Amino acid sequence: MNALTGAYVPGSSPLHRLPAGAKLAGLAVACTALVLLGSPLALAGAGVVVVALYALSRVGVAAAWAQVRPVRWFAVALFGMQLLFAGLDGAVSTTLRVVLAVALAGLVTLTTRTAAMMRALERCLSPARFVGLDPFRLSLLLSLTVRSVPVVAALAARVGEAQRARGVERSVRAFAVPLVVGALRHADALGEALSARGFDDL
Amino acid sequence: MRKQRGFAMRTLARVAVFAALIAVLGLPGSLNVFGNAVPITLQTMGVMLAGAVLGSWRAALAVVVLLVLVAAGLPLLAGGRGGLGVFTGPSAGYLVGWVAGAAVTGWLVERGGRDPGLVRLIVACLVGGVGVIYLFGIPVQALVTGISLRRAAWLSLIFLPGDVIKAVLASLVARGTQRAYPDAVPAVHQERLRSGGGR
Repeated sequence: MNALTGAYVPGSSPLHRLPAGAKLAGLAVACTALVLLGSPLALAGAGVVVVALYALSRVGVAAAWAQVRPVRWFAVALFGMQLLFAGLDGAVSTTLRVVLAVALAGLVTLTTRTAAMMRALERCLSPARFVGLDPFRLSLLLSLTVRSVPVVAALAARVGEAQRARGVERSVRAFAVPLVVGALRHADALGEALSARGFDDL
Repeated sequence: MRKQRGFAMRTLARVAVFAALIAVLGLPGSLNVFGNAVPITLQTMGVMLAGAVLGSWRAALAVVVLLVLVAAGLPLLAGGRGGLGVFTGPSAGYLVGWVAGAAVTGWLVERGGRDPGLVRLIVACLVGGVGVIYLFGIPVQALVTGISLRRAAWLSLIFLPGDVIKAVLASLVARGTQRAYPDAVPAVHQERLRSGGGR
């Protein structure tokens, strides 16, 4: 998974071709349905549907596993705990519900380009224009943030090196204060530059 | 000075850079606390710092921006997590709680005026960065995993000591930042913006 391309797996399946907004809405409906499904049998059926959807998307087993992997230990712990307190039925359905919800959300992530998803989310956030965040400012804010991540990461690396040279690498405070001050200085210089170029009046 | 049409660019830049700062504090290898032995994520510390430095609604917006990028699929959460999966998983409530937590931290710091003391910063970080985040996180965790609210609260106690330490660290860092850079106090920054924004 590349830092700034996300987890998107290129493809031309029906799932890839669906608009991002439709996939988001579908995910919301599916997750609600998962909460409402009670019996292990119904949830097993839902599991078959999810596996079929993954097969339809042809993203590959490795990409699918990468989406579910973060909750694997949590799922094991949850299953054990529920087995103790709620019996086998409860353990199976609760664990399935969590894993399936994560897998479905992962499927949307895998089949949607980051840019397309960002556009869909921007549309969801469009009511923000009533508090002064019009579409131009909203997308500038999002892209400025994406651009700032490597800048702040480079700043963090520089501060870390300086702290090592001074021999205070174990102190969080000695690391974070220069980092936050540096980030603020960068932010204020950036804001001033944008303002000086007349972006405030757009 | 003319009336602003929307967000001032200075505000926009601060919100964007702090959203990025929260992301960077969660990057693997960017920061090792106590050598390499304890892999602690400082991402919630970033949330509290955003509150203490940006003030309530700017901090909340910075967290929202970060979460939108995460939802879009960028791996910006601690451990390189990202995508929609984190919002349907068991810790989704904590992520949503970040928004309210940053806002409450900022609100409490703003009440401190031009010179919020260390005690106020510590209280703000504990209430906003630990209390409010748990208030959102625990019920959602109970709902997703189907356990009782009481048991979910007990389970979350494992994380409490670490989070309290992070809150205290965040307030120390905020205090140091505000001493080195007075404009890092929300009230001072507001005053300067109102007085025409010039230096």
